[in-house]
Amino acid sequence: MSALAAAVQAFARRHRLRGWEALPWLAALGAFFVFPNHLSFGTQLLVTILFALSLDLVLGYAGIVTLGHAAFFGAGAYTVAMLAAHAGWNEPLSGLVAAAAVAAAIGFLSGAVLLRTHGLALLMLTLCTMALLEQAANMAAVWTGGYDGIPGLKFQPILGLFDFDVLYFRSQYLYVLAVLFLCFAFVRMLVYSAFGQSLTGVRENVVRMHAVGAPVRARLLVAYTLSAALAGVAGGLFTQATGFVNLAVLGLERSAGVLIVLILGGFGRLYGAFVGAVVYLLLEHQLAKIYPTAWQLGIGVLLVLVALYARNGILGLADTLGQRLEARRRR
Amino acid sequence: MDIASVLLGGCAAGMVLFIVSVGLSVTMGLMGFVNLAHGGFAMLGGYTMVLAMKHAGLGFGAALALAFVAVAALAVVLERTLYARLYGAGELDQVLFTIGLVFIMIPAITLAVGPETQTVPLPGWMRGETDLGFLRYRTYSLVVIAVGVLLVLALWLGFERTRFGARIRAAVDNRRMAASLGVDVGRLFTVTFGIGSGLAAVGGGLGAEILGLDPNYALRYLAYFLIVVAVGGLGRIVGVFYAALLIGVLDFLLKIHFPKGGTMFIYALTLVLLLVRPQGLFGKRGA
Repeated sequence: MSALAAAVQAFARRHRLRGWEALPWLAALGAFFVFPNHLSFGTQLLVTILFALSLDLVLGYAGIVTLGHAAFFGAGAYTVAMLAAHAGWNEPLSGLVAAAAVAAAIGFLSGAVLLRTHGLALLMLTLCTMALLEQAANMAAVWTGGYDGIPGLKFQPILGLFDFDVLYFRSQYLYVLAVLFLCFAFVRMLVYSAFGQSLTGVRENVVRMHAVGAPVRARLLVAYTLSAALAGVAGGLFTQATGFVNLAVLGLERSAGVLIVLILGGFGRLYGAFVGAVVYLLLEHQLAKIYPTAWQLGIGVLLVLVALYARNGILGLADTLGQRLEARRRR
Repeated sequence: MDIASVLLGGCAAGMVLFIVSVGLSVTMGLMGFVNLAHGGFAMLGGYTMVLAMKHAGLGFGAALALAFVAVAALAVVLERTLYARLYGAGELDQVLFTIGLVFIMIPAITLAVGPETQTVPLPGWMRGETDLGFLRYRTYSLVVIAVGVLLVLALWLGFERTRFGARIRAAVDNRRMAASLGVDVGRLFTVTFGIGSGLAAVGGGLGAEILGLDPNYALRYLAYFLIVVAVGGLGRIVGVFYAALLIGVLDFLLKIHFPKGGTMFIYALTLVLLLVRPQGLFGKRGA
């Protein structure tokens, strides 16, 4: 037993794991038992977390500001949907792999030309790439269902064991949670690796990274491609969990939404995606119930307050408060 | 449709795009502040004009002037109290703040006025068509073009021929150098922000008949305004003018010939253009 404990401790030290990092996962598992009637919302929440996490890799770590991240979410969502609807390929796990591959290919090809620019030009180029995909999906109605999308998709049981649960979303919730955990472990490993450190270097001072001979463009392109693949997985999960796809997966609203979620939670710190998605979606969900016409008002006020008083999002505010408490205790 | 009427329709849309976007271009060029609420100011201007005409019985010109003054005043107040706190912050905090403002404006308008599309009660002489000699065309579009041309001339003179314009150009090119030569960049920005937002309001009012006016206006046309600024170049009035006309005419033309995927060409064109010239058509290299 003590040998096991020692091994766990050594593993935790090697990967700089802290005790509180188990909290979000315990909370997610706890929610499964506490809120059995809200797992549809929970599944949507987990998908959003994965999407925001993929954005954190490019925005928070590599410093690439993009308004077009929904391009990859949508590419993944449409890949899974079109394979299921037209090719009869409805095995979920291999569908996710296909979604990741297609999104990564689009990320690689667009990133190879876009990442030469920066600032407003880069922002607009990412936006235009996404808008082009959206228009393409709208026009290729034979394949994509056009404006109406593809409804009523059916998928095989997960791992051949667990049926998709259209009523209570139980299996979807656990399935998405498991995929999110794997993707999170991958991103966490990535940002603490030498590669992740060099990305942070590019974000903080690109001139110096060039000066020390780091292959800046190649690093950014790899990060962009990996992030696109993860966003594609999130999109694929969205289609599988809900059983439909439509043009909303590709729009500016989704891009801007995920950007808001990440900035609200705090970018460049992995867990910002979790905090931002929970706060944003819960607030949206509750406010829409109380004030169906004016729910945006509450979110708007929250965003303005966070931008004014909490630099770097909610987790940034938590950091500041923590430091103040620490300082007071020392005094 | 013959070429002259396509050009006229496109020019009218382009003028509206120019009047709205020019303020965004100058304020972004001056402070590098990403103001995503700019479309919201245009929307507020449109509503101010429509409500003033419908309920206060103001004339077309007076209502347009009121929209400029009211929105410019609101913008200056917001700039001094809120925007100014975020100049030192990162651009992502600025994005969060301005999107938050839009999220406040949209439901506020929906609650106060309603979600339906507003129509401008045009005075009699602006309705119908005018005979230009070689063709008859919608009078209102001609009015928009005329007002647009006057505004362009006024802005160009103010920007290129006055001391105030010279200060703005200097600060856009090199803010720190301008500041060390005694230009009060902060005050300059407040004034420019007010004028730019007021112009957006005028654009929103003039364009309400062309673009349509409902609470989602603030977000729906944001991409277009940003494209015009990016294509024209930051802080370049002439660049924004040509970009707005180009996009207005192309958009009009393509939407007639390809009703389904017409906007695709605008995005494709912007993509190619920004890859070749990331600084925009008239922007300074490295800016």
